[in-house]
Amino acid sequence: MKVKKENSNKLIPLILVLLLVAVWEAVVRGGLVPRFILPSPIDVLKVFVTTIPDMKEHILVTLQEALTGFAIAIIFSLILAMAMDRFPAVKKALYPLLIVSQTIPIIILAPLFILWFGFGMLPKIIVVVLVCFFPIIISLLEGLNSVDLDMINLLKSMGASKAQIFKIVKLPASMVGLFSGLRIAATYSIMGAVIGEWLGGDKGIGFYIVRVKHSFAVDKVFAATLVVIILSMLLFKVITIIQNLSMPWFRYVEQKK
Amino acid sequence: MTSYPNEKLTVKNLRKSFGDNLVLEDVSLNLMENEFVSLIGASGSGKSTIFNIISGLMLPDKGQVIINGQDYTGRTGRVSYMYQKDLLLPWLKVIDNVSLPLVIRGEDKKKAREKAAGYFETFGLDGFEDKYPFQLSGGMRQRAALLRTYLFSSDIMLLDEPFAALDAITRSYMHYWLLRTLKKLNSSVLFITHDIDEAILLSDRIYILSDRPAKIKEEIEIPLSRPRNKEVTTTELFNDIKKHILEIFAN
Ligand SMILES: Nc1ncnc2c1ncn2[C@@H]1O[C@H](COP(=O)(O)OP(=O)(O)OP(=O)(O)O)[C@@H](O)[C@H]1O
Ligand SMILES: [Mg+2]
Repeated sequence: MKVKKENSNKLIPLILVLLLVAVWEAVVRGGLVPRFILPSPIDVLKVFVTTIPDMKEHILVTLQEALTGFAIAIIFSLILAMAMDRFPAVKKALYPLLIVSQTIPIIILAPLFILWFGFGMLPKIIVVVLVCFFPIIISLLEGLNSVDLDMINLLKSMGASKAQIFKIVKLPASMVGLFSGLRIAATYSIMGAVIGEWLGGDKGIGFYIVRVKHSFAVDKVFAATLVVIILSMLLFKVITIIQNLSMPWFRYVEQKK
Repeated sequence: MTSYPNEKLTVKNLRKSFGDNLVLEDVSLNLMENEFVSLIGASGSGKSTIFNIISGLMLPDKGQVIINGQDYTGRTGRVSYMYQKDLLLPWLKVIDNVSLPLVIRGEDKKKAREKAAGYFETFGLDGFEDKYPFQLSGGMRQRAALLRTYLFSSDIMLLDEPFAALDAITRSYMHYWLLRTLKKLNSSVLFITHDIDEAILLSDRIYILSDRPAKIKEEIEIPLSRPRNKEVTTTELFNDIKKHILEIFAN
């Protein structure tokens, strides 16, 4: 029963995508749009296969930037969330700043970082940290706040210290929330790196897209975009796998529901 | 039926209000060694508040909590406290949930597990050490929570409606299981319940609380002999006590 339902849940979006791609293919083949403006899906796939060797080096750079930034964002959020949870004053002071920081368009910040830190990896990593940080810390803080107060009181009645309560109850309880934040951040991380590269640099998928766009190779732009999508989905999936491995109990909770 | 040489716990003249809401007016009670004492009272009469104060989680406005002759008012970590919910941590295996109080106290994790494992048979949890709480039935979860409570502090246990969430058949099973198990454990138990039959069956004494603000309305000795079994619940004495308690509530 359960398995069937899950499969049909996955089937519906798949059918929809296939349908859209088929329409797209038909539109281009029918000559409604010239190929140099909109290549057909089959063209894109062909170009994708032939350009992968060219893109490989750029893919590795983008991945490196995204993963480094992602990791730094996780460490930052953990430390900050712990401090904000332990000292309410820190939370009061920083929370509004966190929100405000998200209202500044990254498209304005990224060129500044390039100006300050040059064309290397650093400005891209900073962009990735900035876009990943927010979803992670917000989900973490929400998780820490949603802990059953009775559980905390129970541990207090056993004489547990604040650090013990954090480790035994609060942190595990906020894991579910944390992982949903991590999934969002994982997809953002690739996007952040690509934006950074787009705005200045000489390596990475973002840079590659700019270069092929300048030479009007629209099919290559599409192929590179496909790479961005695949990388984001892969990271997303990896996070889910890590979640299932590190929280065996979570699957039981899901099953019960 | 027994004489109690030692007074384990004394609660003296507790008074507590939350803002304008006077919840406890004047509550005094005591608990002797190896005694099982129940508190019955209407919902909202302040029973859990009394437990919160005894366990040290809350300070009373007035009054004292004395354990073995020492003042423990407002101090946590002395008596064990089991909530209405089982409050097992979903991310820990049963064995780790149960040995949690030992780990918090600073015992080595492996030693704590070994110690806890020794009680799994008595508590009807044999073979479920490495399961997660979701894989247990309601009765087993309650027994696991009880074992955790026992391992924290075996001499005084506060149990707040531990069986309220169970179905009637499981609850009845748990009653007789508890009667058998407590004989082996050497514990003094303070027990909150809404269920008059449950209170009579399990207790040596029952305190009846008035509606809010709470005072002790009456203290009733239960002279039913032990060991108690199913037959006890159909005796005349049992029914007389029940009638008496129902009359107190009717007033
Ligand atoms: N931390 C608190 N802050 C404010 N009011 C509280 C607090 N704890 C309890 N109360 C109030 O005190 C009163 C008694 O609550 P308590 O939980 O002790 O009742 P109870 O007898 O255990 O009820 P029940 O049988 O439903 O569990 C209620 O009116 C409740 O709203
Ligand atoms: Mg209560």
